[in-house]
Amino acid sequence: MARYILKRLWHTVYVAVGISLISFFFIHLSGDPVLLMLPPDASKEEVETLREQLGFNDPLAVQYLRFAGHALRGDLGVSLVHRVPALDLIFERLPASLELAGAAMLFALAVAVPLGILAAVRRGSLLDLGSMLAALFGLSMPHFWLGIMLVLLFSVHLGWFPTSGRGSFAQLVLPALALGLSLLAMFARLTRSVMLEVLGQDYVRTARAKGLRERLVIGKHALKNALIPLVTVAGMQFGFLIGGTVIIETVFAWPGVGRLVVQAIFSRDYPLVQAAVLVLAVLFVLINLLVDLLYVLLDPQISYGGGS
Amino acid sequence: MPLLSIRGLKIHFRTPQGTGVAVDGVSLDVAAGEVVGLVGESGCGKSVLALSILRLLPVPPALFAGGEIRFEGRDLLRADPRDILALRGNRISMIFQEPMTALNPVFTIGDQLAEVYRVHRGQSRSQALASAARMLGRVGVPAPERRVREYPFQLSGGMRQRVMIAIALACRPALLLADEPTTALDVSIQAQILDLMLSLNAELHTAILLITHDLAVVAEVTRRVAVMYTGRLVEEAPTAALFETPLHPYTRGLLASIPRADASFQTESLNEIPGVVPSAFALPPGCHFAPRCPRAAEICRREAPRLEELLPGHRVACWRPVDG
Ligand SMILES: Nc1ncnc2c1ncn2[C@@H]1O[C@H](COP(=O)(O)OP(=O)(O)OP(=O)(O)O)[C@@H](O)[C@H]1O
Ligand SMILES: [Mg+2]
Repeated sequence: MARYILKRLWHTVYVAVGISLISFFFIHLSGDPVLLMLPPDASKEEVETLREQLGFNDPLAVQYLRFAGHALRGDLGVSLVHRVPALDLIFERLPASLELAGAAMLFALAVAVPLGILAAVRRGSLLDLGSMLAALFGLSMPHFWLGIMLVLLFSVHLGWFPTSGRGSFAQLVLPALALGLSLLAMFARLTRSVMLEVLGQDYVRTARAKGLRERLVIGKHALKNALIPLVTVAGMQFGFLIGGTVIIETVFAWPGVGRLVVQAIFSRDYPLVQAAVLVLAVLFVLINLLVDLLYVLLDPQISYGGGS
Repeated sequence: MPLLSIRGLKIHFRTPQGTGVAVDGVSLDVAAGEVVGLVGESGCGKSVLALSILRLLPVPPALFAGGEIRFEGRDLLRADPRDILALRGNRISMIFQEPMTALNPVFTIGDQLAEVYRVHRGQSRSQALASAARMLGRVGVPAPERRVREYPFQLSGGMRQRVMIAIALACRPALLLADEPTTALDVSIQAQILDLMLSLNAELHTAILLITHDLAVVAEVTRRVAVMYTGRLVEEAPTAALFETPLHPYTRGLLASIPRADASFQTESLNEIPGVVPSAFALPPGCHFAPRCPRAAEICRREAPRLEELLPGHRVACWRPVDG
């Protein structure tokens, strides 16, 4: 098991190299940051000097090797805009992103899994049809619109929650809701379909034939089997959430990584974009590793070598 | 009073394609400690009949359209669901055809077996696990102490079926419903599993309703046998009598289709019965077998024959039974 984890961590290095290569070249295709960094009336000489200073005149390969060399020492460069190490900026924002993603995920799962189970068990009932229809709406609602509606209702009209910012639990509620509702919808539908499939399995019939109460049949025998696909999807979604919540972050002025990255892209802040892409990719891989380790708990047929 | 008494049982299935008739007025008794065979071609309603006894049919689409099932005098179809729960796995158990899928892949053998002791005997976790290991030993699972910690995927098909039998017989039920318990197993393992069931029948005095389409198995282990065709019981007799003097043309066809070990050129007789089994959604009027029956007369196509006792203990539903 320890060996497996080490091996997987080693694979993360490959992923990091691959991702950094791809992002490095794409970012450098996107234009010249020097022009944005200087006032519009800067002279040709000034531009050229800054270019030389930042090393943009070297061949791309050389630039990449220089970047990689620094990266190996934990130095991902200095943000051109903020003039502080890019990594510091990212790690400063990361807790906010994790907090928002975690809250949205928890909320979504806590509601969606019981709802999906109920819908599956009472298949064809009003509850089933109603909740699945609502889920369809939830899936098709744009985040920004939902966020604005939530703010209008709960902040402006009712005054229950603050409109924006981060710090208190109350400030977390609305962005987590706005972000979590579509997840909720997706997980509810997923849970329902997975449960329907599992409930038709022979071992569920065996559990019933043993005289187990329905609560045990569903909550134990069916659910543990259903959790395997759910954990897979939840892990993947969590990875997406960390870097992909720009819109919600913008609506709620949430100081997360997503907004930082988008701003960096607009201002052609190469080092910052590069560093953020790298950190997010590694995080994504680590979350996947965590999910794979969770499988061991859920599925006895999965064991990662030497686990006797 | 028989242990199990089924009277005029009718089970329909409501589906988008219409209403299917799965069991059509079946009456059958099983006495305490008796081993009864239930045979018939695929789709004739054997599993539905067995599942209905434990109320394991999904309702809907299944629908109890009539009749009654009495177990130890109690009407199961009208019993409180809580009473049914108390019977399942306790007084009446069931084992299924597919040992590969009948056990839950994500729980240990011990856990799945211990559950029965915990639910029906109120045993603690550790007591139940100890009981589970003991029971595994009794059904011939080697190294039961180790096996209780293993998962189904670590066991062979035969071993899994032994585990299923252990689960079914843990509480010494009065009745075991065995739905094709050996069909999915290798021939050599089949005999072992049947032997095990028979020895437990003798030891625990558990009556067995053995569902199968393998007539050789029926001949070997049952004392009495009932033959089903498209949801109806067409013949019922002591096993020896049925094999010697089958009265229903369908039973005769079934018997003639058994491949014989001693004849290498028998293959053409495998398909003794011409025609196909009618669909549960489009059953013919009169005797369901009439369209395929070599002896069918006018009345057969018009009116369904009733099950009548023609010889002692030998009942048949046929207007024109085959004589001796
Ligand atoms: N869930 C269901 N929905 C609709 N029809 C069903 C359902 N279960 C069983 N049936 C129908 O009931 C009839 C009897 O099926 P059953 O499974 O009892 O046959 P069987 O005799 O056990 O066959 P086999 O030897 O293949 O196991 C079939 O026509 C089948 O189509
Ligand atoms: Mg069957």
